[in-house]
Amino acid sequence: MQRIGVFICWCGSNIAATVDVERVAEVIKDEPGVVFSANYQYMCSENGQQLIKQAIKEHNLTGIVVGACSPRMHEATFRKAAEAAGLNPYLVEIANIREHCSWIHKDMEEATEKAIILVRTAIAKVKLNAPLMAGESPVVKRALVIGGGIAGIQAALDIADAGFEVDIVEKNATIGGRMAQIDKTFPTLDCSACILTPKMVDCAQHEKIDILSYSEVEDVKGFVGNFSVKIRRKARYVDETKCTGCKICMEKCPSKKGLNTFNMGLNTRPAIYIPFAQAIPNVAVIDPEQCLKLKTGKCGICQKFCGVGAIDYEQKDTFIERQYGAIVVATGFKPIALDNFNEYGYADNKDVITSLELERLMNAAGPTNGVLLRPSDGEHPKVVTFIQCVGSRDTSGCGKPYCSKICCMYTAKHAMLIREKYPDTEVHVFYIDVRTPGKNYDEFYRRAVEQYGVDYIKGMVGKVYNENGKLMVQGSNLIDNEQITIESDLVVLATAIEPEPSVRKVATLLTASIDTNNFLTESHAKLRPVESPTAGVYLAGVCQGPKDIPETVSQASACAAKVIGLLVKDKLKTNPCVATPDENMCNGCSQCANVCAYGAITYVDKEFRLGGGKTEIRRVASVNPAVCQGCGACTVTCPSGAMDLKGFSSKQIMSEVETICKK
Amino acid sequence: MTKEERIENIKRISGTDVRKCMKCGKCSGRCPAFKDMDIKPHQFVTMLGKGKIDELLECKAIWNCLSCMACVERCPRGVAPAAVVEAVRDTVIRMQGKNGIKAEEIPPIVDELIPQQLLVSAYRKYNK
Amino acid sequence: MQEVKTEKKEFTPNIVAFCCNWCSYAGADLAGSSRLTYPANVKIIRVPCSCRVNPTFVLKAFQQGADGVILCGCHPGDCHYVTGNYYTRRRMATLFSFLNYMGIEKERTRLEWVSAAEGAKFSAVMNDFVKQITELGENKRLTDLRVKEGE
Repeated sequence: MQRIGVFICWCGSNIAATVDVERVAEVIKDEPGVVFSANYQYMCSENGQQLIKQAIKEHNLTGIVVGACSPRMHEATFRKAAEAAGLNPYLVEIANIREHCSWIHKDMEEATEKAIILVRTAIAKVKLNAPLMAGESPVVKRALVIGGGIAGIQAALDIADAGFEVDIVEKNATIGGRMAQIDKTFPTLDCSACILTPKMVDCAQHEKIDILSYSEVEDVKGFVGNFSVKIRRKARYVDETKCTGCKICMEKCPSKKGLNTFNMGLNTRPAIYIPFAQAIPNVAVIDPEQCLKLKTGKCGICQKFCGVGAIDYEQKDTFIERQYGAIVVATGFKPIALDNFNEYGYADNKDVITSLELERLMNAAGPTNGVLLRPSDGEHPKVVTFIQCVGSRDTSGCGKPYCSKICCMYTAKHAMLIREKYPDTEVHVFYIDVRTPGKNYDEFYRRAVEQYGVDYIKGMVGKVYNENGKLMVQGSNLIDNEQITIESDLVVLATAIEPEPSVRKVATLLTASIDTNNFLTESHAKLRPVESPTAGVYLAGVCQGPKDIPETVSQASACAAKVIGLLVKDKLKTNPCVATPDENMCNGCSQCANVCAYGAITYVDKEFRLGGGKTEIRRVASVNPAVCQGCGACTVTCPSGAMDLKGFSSKQIMSEVETICKK
Repeated sequence: MTKEERIENIKRISGTDVRKCMKCGKCSGRCPAFKDMDIKPHQFVTMLGKGKIDELLECKAIWNCLSCMACVERCPRGVAPAAVVEAVRDTVIRMQGKNGIKAEEIPPIVDELIPQQLLVSAYRKYNK
Repeated sequence: MQEVKTEKKEFTPNIVAFCCNWCSYAGADLAGSSRLTYPANVKIIRVPCSCRVNPTFVLKAFQQGADGVILCGCHPGDCHYVTGNYYTRRRMATLFSFLNYMGIEKERTRLEWVSAAEGAKFSAVMNDFVKQITELGENKRLTDLRVKEGE
């Protein structure tokens, strides 16, 4: 038998002025199940709470209803009071007789009547409340960072500095990412390697950071605080623990015709290689597609010369499985393929290059040792033409509909650097709009125009063609309303960027949502910009949207702060108002799992007794209470009505509806 | 037909949403007949957007446009300047009550040296 | 905002409002704290998300004699649970299209997006809805006969 206590608050005159609180308390006394009914000036005050606690104990109450302000205001207060008196906090219901009654109605009789109905409704609900326990789940105090570019490096360093273990999983042989390929950084023009490589070294030397290079995430199980991740360590055919990075193997390798991917294919490298001088880890890797020993079985020269015996042609992919409390995704970007843009002649002319290729051509450690030479004949280009928005802001289907954000700034940087190093070079830039929001950004662009005399042309290039060895760039000059053709030696395409394609697999494994452009979606565009809707997964860098280095670093540090906030907790309290399936009714159709935005629902095979000693195994839904956020989408989707939501069960809501409708 | 109706009609015939244009000028950057166009391809789009059709209806460019569709092909926003040119031309022809070229008149004027594109283009221009 | 006068003796509709906890319920709270009036016939049931509202809840309300049912959720794209209100939108579109067939005037239902900042909108919507239902009159057809007999 239920023993319900009802407490009506006056809220000074806020409620009492329009609602006859005494009459409400009086009428409610006669409701079936109600054994105690009182009214008080301020229920939320110390004395008011004392009144509730006392009544719970004295009258042995099994549930209470507080007629007061919005539950958004004081539900937590009254739940705590109930808990202190030994009543499960989820046996408390609030009837909102202030915001939804006394404050909006003027007629006392009308308001009092409504208040009675609202309290009755709350009583109807509380009668069906079940005691709920907030679950607890442990937190593994270790974070995983997927991607070892500047975003991953920054996030890992910040997390590790707070004292937590971090693993960086990087699919390439070295960390560093795109930033390692860049020559100078805007708007300060400091050398990218000079600011990045010390951070890479910090990562390598940090006792809390473990770099798993040449590795990929293979499988993810679990949930916030308790992810279990399977990592594939790809065979590099070199023992990481033995290799000293002496590079003798690179010298001796006879197969030297592989395209140097770090230099964007502008020169070649041997089959065994270290991607660049400051690589971390400074360990060689063999390209199995290029290695003669691995392809034909005949060679083995590197093994012969290796002083420490690090070469192992028999190495196989291995797998490790580790537990993590939180995951940071920092998978980065790549420039788009230019197959759809024949008009710029990229495929046909060696001297039409992308901006990232130009970075390598300008880099002191690049294929030309930092001297700007044309790829075709190694000559100094005298006229360089830049084309912006190549594939960006393109809704025709050939490119990307978004603005790649970084191109305006790096094009200004390139133009400026070329004019600085080679003042006799003519530099033209075709632009649609120049977008330079950011600290010192517009000043930077204007410097390119005013100080360095870069020729900015408002217009777009229609075609690039080769005429007698010269690149003819034909475009519009909209300001002068003319069509111009610029005879150029080098054409640089500010190619749009897109998320690294491997992000799709990562997103699928993490059940993190992804948009139509393959960017990971944040939980809230403004207020939760670094969190994925999947609890425990955080987003840093271009995988979430186009951004430059300063923004990427800020986002990575923000991620780290979120991760640290999670990892300092020993246990996570989970919301007990979660979905729960009736396994006897569940037919395992998967519809609930399909609508769940959080991936909280999985399926398990369970054995059920049929009677007569017989059993059957059925596939039934299973909700992970640590992941479920309690929205209830699954409860309505379930065709058999097996899914219900604790705290807002179908029976409870039905009963509320009935009480309101009762005449 | 009022001017407003005529503007709407040209927009309708062209099937182009002029508001999609981001004024990059790639159409005019590519146009092979640029120097013969008194109104440039990108201007057709912006002028139609602003309702300046009197100038468009009187321009020479509608007869000089090769109908090669390069501007349509190159537009990153899915705008079709050539379709606007064609719509304006159409309107002019209809206003004159003419129906230019006839199929049976073609054989005598076909010259081996005339590129096929020009024939197609002539059809587009005169046979409405 | 004009409050709809509901004369005591005359027909006063009974309206059930389902409000999601994060936007619309907060919007209703804001209407209250801004003292924006709307008729007392509207009674609010709090649900975590509008997608928690099963179409059968709506039908149950009509069966039990409600004269109108209104559902309020976060604006599309703003759902606290990412995609919940999209499901609501589809489900209710389907349900509403069947109502006439079931013998309930479609106009007795409404789906509205009210954000936590839209107290004024909440009040306006409720005033308008009550007016609409008052004009429609009492919902006779789906009242559960057993309920009446019991009284």
